[in-house]
Amino acid sequence: MGYEPQTDFGTPESRSDVAVTLTIDGRAVTVPAGTSVMRAAAECGGQIPKLCATDSVKAFGSCRMCLIEVDGMRGTPASCTTPVGEGMVVHTQTPRLQKLRKGVMELYISDHPLDCLTCSANNDCELQDTAAQVGLRDVRFGYDGANHLGAELDTSNPYFDFDPSKCIACSRCVRACDEVQGTLALTIDGRGFASKVSAGQAGDDFLSSECVSCGACVQACPTATLQEKAVKEIGKPERSVVTTCAYCGVGCTFRAEMRGEQLVRMVPWKDGKANRGHSCVKGRFAWGYANHQDRINQPMIRESVDDPWRVVSWEEALSYTANKLNAIKAAHGPRALGGITSSRCTNEEVWLVQKLIRSGFGSNNVDTCARVCHSPTGYGLSKTFGTSAGTQDFDSVMDADVVIVIGANPTDGHPVFASRLKRRLRQGAKLIVIDPRRIDLVRSPHIEADYHLPLQPGTNVAVLTAIAHTIVTEGLADEAFIKERCDRDEYQDWAAFVSQERHSPETLEPVTRVPAADLRAAARLYATGGNGAIYYGLGVTEHSQGSSTVMSIANLAMATGNIGRRGVGVNPLRGQNNVQGSCDMGSFPHELPGYRHISGAEVRASFEADWGVTLDAEPGLRIPNMLDAALDGSFRAIYIQGEDILQSDPNTHHVAAGLKAMELVIVHDLFLNETANYAHVFLPGSTFLEKTGTFTNAERRIQMVRKVMEPANGYADWEVTQELAKAMGLGWHYTDTGEIMDEIARLTPSFAGVSHARLEAEGSLQWPVNAANPDGSPIMHVDGFVRGKGKFMVTDYVPTDEKTGPRYPLLLTTGRVLSQYNVGAQTRRTGNNVWHQEDVLEMHPLDAENRGLKDGDWTRLASRTGETTLRVTVTDRVAPGVVYTTFHHPATQANVVTTEYSDWATNCPEYKVTAVQVLPSNGPTDWQESYASWSERSRRIAVLEPAE
Amino acid sequence: MDIERLRYMANQIARNLAAQGEEAAVAGTAQHIRDFWDPRMKAAILADTLNNLDPIAQAAIKRL
Repeated sequence: MGYEPQTDFGTPESRSDVAVTLTIDGRAVTVPAGTSVMRAAAECGGQIPKLCATDSVKAFGSCRMCLIEVDGMRGTPASCTTPVGEGMVVHTQTPRLQKLRKGVMELYISDHPLDCLTCSANNDCELQDTAAQVGLRDVRFGYDGANHLGAELDTSNPYFDFDPSKCIACSRCVRACDEVQGTLALTIDGRGFASKVSAGQAGDDFLSSECVSCGACVQACPTATLQEKAVKEIGKPERSVVTTCAYCGVGCTFRAEMRGEQLVRMVPWKDGKANRGHSCVKGRFAWGYANHQDRINQPMIRESVDDPWRVVSWEEALSYTANKLNAIKAAHGPRALGGITSSRCTNEEVWLVQKLIRSGFGSNNVDTCARVCHSPTGYGLSKTFGTSAGTQDFDSVMDADVVIVIGANPTDGHPVFASRLKRRLRQGAKLIVIDPRRIDLVRSPHIEADYHLPLQPGTNVAVLTAIAHTIVTEGLADEAFIKERCDRDEYQDWAAFVSQERHSPETLEPVTRVPAADLRAAARLYATGGNGAIYYGLGVTEHSQGSSTVMSIANLAMATGNIGRRGVGVNPLRGQNNVQGSCDMGSFPHELPGYRHISGAEVRASFEADWGVTLDAEPGLRIPNMLDAALDGSFRAIYIQGEDILQSDPNTHHVAAGLKAMELVIVHDLFLNETANYAHVFLPGSTFLEKTGTFTNAERRIQMVRKVMEPANGYADWEVTQELAKAMGLGWHYTDTGEIMDEIARLTPSFAGVSHARLEAEGSLQWPVNAANPDGSPIMHVDGFVRGKGKFMVTDYVPTDEKTGPRYPLLLTTGRVLSQYNVGAQTRRTGNNVWHQEDVLEMHPLDAENRGLKDGDWTRLASRTGETTLRVTVTDRVAPGVVYTTFHHPATQANVVTTEYSDWATNCPEYKVTAVQVLPSNGPTDWQESYASWSERSRRIAVLEPAE
Repeated sequence: MDIERLRYMANQIARNLAAQGEEAAVAGTAQHIRDFWDPRMKAAILADTLNNLDPIAQAAIKRL
């Protein structure tokens, strides 16, 4: 396929149901009312010249290139700002229009560098195309007058340059920043001839401005003014492949634009239903890790973690690994083996890993990173609604009237969804933020939360029960919905429970630290403000009451009737790209794919018949239990695909001890990550650019991942797992991942109607896709809950056992930033480091002053489990008594400090509450020094002696 | 298995289900352990003296 940019229709699509027919250049065209004449012309294949219009932003009408003539209408209106009308007769190409357009174009070109042949946008420049379109042959005004050709180039951003000498002041970048991204970092500074695009305040460049590098401006720019550095370095792409991003759970789709085997740029796919043509800095730009020098592309083995690695052939690595696994199984039984699937890998790859563990290893000791993020979502929503997933699609937020964001920071964690949310908020939807920190959504340009409830970490259930108390005792519950859709007796039990005075906002205020009046007002707003939607993240789940909090949220949605239609719902913002999919694919030790308990004989029998094995009927070990069992000698071998538990899981000392106690640790990854320091086998992994399969995003949307280049190691991850299975004696013979999806569909009812062929034809499908929902399910629980009647769950506030005291007087909560992702294995190997080179500790000015700390000082962060050092940032984003940091950098190892406390139902770690002390420091801790030394030693690779 | 950790887990489940009433909490705790604990974890808690468990957790373990 040759390179063609996606069609630009000039103005956004109209959603009107009313059809309008008009005539454009003699052709009858029917489009929705509200469509611009420009778009109507483009939809029937016409091309009205344009410069300031692009279909990602509203019409602006400034460039005067898109002029048209309309029968019965005076003048030459701009087609971008002229809506279609019934019976309208439009002419887009007349001598009068040609003359007008040519004159305008002359003015543009008279102040534009005439370096087309050497310009990086040559042949990919709308100004160039438009000049050709209008037939410009000369410029009567000459080029000697005042101009902007000497304007200074801004190369500060790591991914794109800003060359104002090529700017035509069309404002597309400014409007994209406003309307698409919602950051409002750009403006047109000055007036008339002095007008220029400016980032941030006077004196700022792009890097120092508020710009979040989403790239919407680069995509919108019609010239080479804002352009990717990679295009300048590599050249214009020559082909493109649509694929799905491998960062967060939003699941943006992109055109991977290639030149030969080289990726030139990632351009958001406008037809992508999750991202609608938008992206963030990670998905669009941070793909350099795929070719980073740290990638290991050859298998390696070693007998002991004290030995250097030995590079071996694939055959030797697989045979060594299979023999070891079989020997441990024979000596200690199948339950001594297990593995961890990767939420960064495809559904098909996850399927094979859990199948290998269940049918090859012979145990149910399979777990995934959802253990440490959204396992409480699976538990809580399953109990209350009957499914382990969110209820809405992302588009739904555009119909929300009141949005609660609790324990999530979408502008950093799920930025493309955040842009959509901010757009809805700018349209007037109300916002309630429940978070200990003043996240950006609380107050940012043109956005202000109606209520920010800055609760004490660990009191989510108390706050949500107080909200429920207000709703029930003030008569705000949706009785009709409850009567029709929920179990009435269970509702009455729950209502009686939350109505107790001990759950009132006033009684709980000393515990939650949320002013009762604010809490009551927020509760009333959610219950009575129209469509109420709740979005939540790891600030909900990563607590000792994570599952209770999820159920509390579900209770609120049912009590107010906010479920089962657009604009409402319960929406977990899933963390990793395929964490929803990895859970769907049977990555939990107690259930088979499709969330069916392993004890179910009928379900088990269907897998046994298909796979030709007998499955263990007992639940397996969760990750923390695997580590515990390793220490007592009953768990001895683990296969870890695409997961770095040493850095991501809590209480690093305990994780290290567990790994070190195992006989065989197999790491299948792109890099020698921290976990690999304790591994005996390293199997090189492949990036999302190197394989075909599917990811499932937070809205249950299954989308194709397509190979754009060959795997650097020779094999996609699913092929490596298959070869390991074969080496263990299993007769697997998949020839492509489409066959694996067919098996998934055959054995998983919610995927019954899914196939690669269908996904290729339809773009994406949202599960369940089955006989009852043949086209998928954008909104769930529309006519009834999956479990039948909605189940209200009584959830009492049980304080965490992690207590502050004189020794550890502060509460630490952890999270992430926009530019880094999870443990940073990918983003730390990209230009994103310019924004976040190290983890820092956020501390309130009062706490800093009490400790004699000032911004940028080194501090020692200590808990009862361990200590580390990092720099402090003094900010009132956090409340007094609360500190915050990220876990992106192994040099910090923030999880040395976090504890083994976890959610009561799922063992999801209590990352959000750790009692700590923070004191001045002048150097790294003993742990940091010894770990750095150990890590360096463990990563040694033996140099092969040449054969004689 | 680390018996202290298993005791803690059983007690934590029981405490979080206690608001459902004693009978429901005992049944719920027992079912939770049946559904989510690996056999060696169940065996270890069954072999343990129950003295260190909350009453609801104790009753639940007796039902396993």
